[in-house]
Amino acid sequence: MINLTIDGMKVQAEEGETILQAAKRAGIRLPTLCYLEGLSPRGACRLCLVEVRNWGGRLVPSCATPVQEGMDIVANSPRLRELRRTILEMIFAERNHICAFCVSNGHCELQDLAMELGMDHVQLPYRWPLLPVDLSHEKYGIDHNRCVLCGRCVRACAEVEGAMTWGFSGRGIFTLVEADLGDPWGKSTTCTGCGKCVQACPTGALFEKGKATSEQVKRPEIIVEVTERRPRA
Amino acid sequence: MPKLRVATVWFSGCSGCHMSFLDLDERLLEFAERAELVFSPVADVKEFPDDVDLVLIEGAVGNSEHLHQLLEIRKKAKILVAFGDCAVTGNVPSLRNPLPREEVLEAVYATADPPGLEEGEVPKLLPQALPLHAVVPVDYFLPGCPPSADRIWKFLRPILLGQKPALSGPDLKFG
Repeated sequence: MINLTIDGMKVQAEEGETILQAAKRAGIRLPTLCYLEGLSPRGACRLCLVEVRNWGGRLVPSCATPVQEGMDIVANSPRLRELRRTILEMIFAERNHICAFCVSNGHCELQDLAMELGMDHVQLPYRWPLLPVDLSHEKYGIDHNRCVLCGRCVRACAEVEGAMTWGFSGRGIFTLVEADLGDPWGKSTTCTGCGKCVQACPTGALFEKGKATSEQVKRPEIIVEVTERRPRA
Repeated sequence: MPKLRVATVWFSGCSGCHMSFLDLDERLLEFAERAELVFSPVADVKEFPDDVDLVLIEGAVGNSEHLHQLLEIRKKAKILVAFGDCAVTGNVPSLRNPLPREEVLEAVYATADPPGLEEGEVPKLLPQALPLHAVVPVDYFLPGCPPSADRIWKFLRPILLGQKPALSGPDLKFG
């Protein structure tokens, strides 16, 4: 067992566990967005950043950092609250996250995070980029305006379904999640139409066609339900 | 205690926030006891008065008229509130922001020479619909599309009593 401290609380964790897992067991809540149980951690969104006091206050993503003996971790502090809110504002400012007419309004992880982190407005200037919506797939649609580039769809498709349909194209803020080599989703020869990407998506970027906003409730927990039913490689 | 001088303003928005304000129902009686509505779409006043204690502004800053009014209002009002999602984020009016202004006007008016391109009978459309805080300092943000009457009251009542409002958690939900 590994001994560490989180917010002054003594916590024990198994070797190989992440700070996030240890914190969760100790009942300490950390905001997450790109993390999804059942998928490999990516550390893409940086919302779960914690401060390691005895590493000179270094910030690490708790979802992707394994516990180490003697770590002294700050999970919640004014500094971290400020950083997390700024990160969240960057996500909101980067694309067109307009809750009022989103299919995920009322059941969106990004919207929930704004409430949790007390974000009453976005101080950074909005970019308002012109982004496409791909409705070529028979059952699903992808709205790049709502995408936060967490990569949960990419990982669900590769790690759970094994189809590897989704990938990233472009760089930085110009990154897009694309099927196959940038073909319309409906033309994809690898997509099995399983819908795990849709269930894994935290926002309204991936959605089911023909469903009203109130019916568009996602079940990201199916990813871990599916993976737990089979032996891990 | 003298009555609070309150104004409400309607910029680029659907008036849903004002409708929600009217949904205060019997609470409007308590509002009327403690406040005087000195300027509002529901009151026939032409000029924004001086010495306003509190102004609730619905809608984004969409055209030159809004811009002009907002700068005037900021000078005249002590507490300026971004009232509803359009004022806080740009919301629905900001849907046009990724597109060129000319393209939007031409499509809407179905003519090659639409009004709003330049100052004329209608005010000039700004290149983008902006949230209020992109133009002037905003004292409070009251999100929601529209904010429910309960949320408005939770925000308004402390101000009427001379206290500071503090919305948190579900009361900050956008959309």
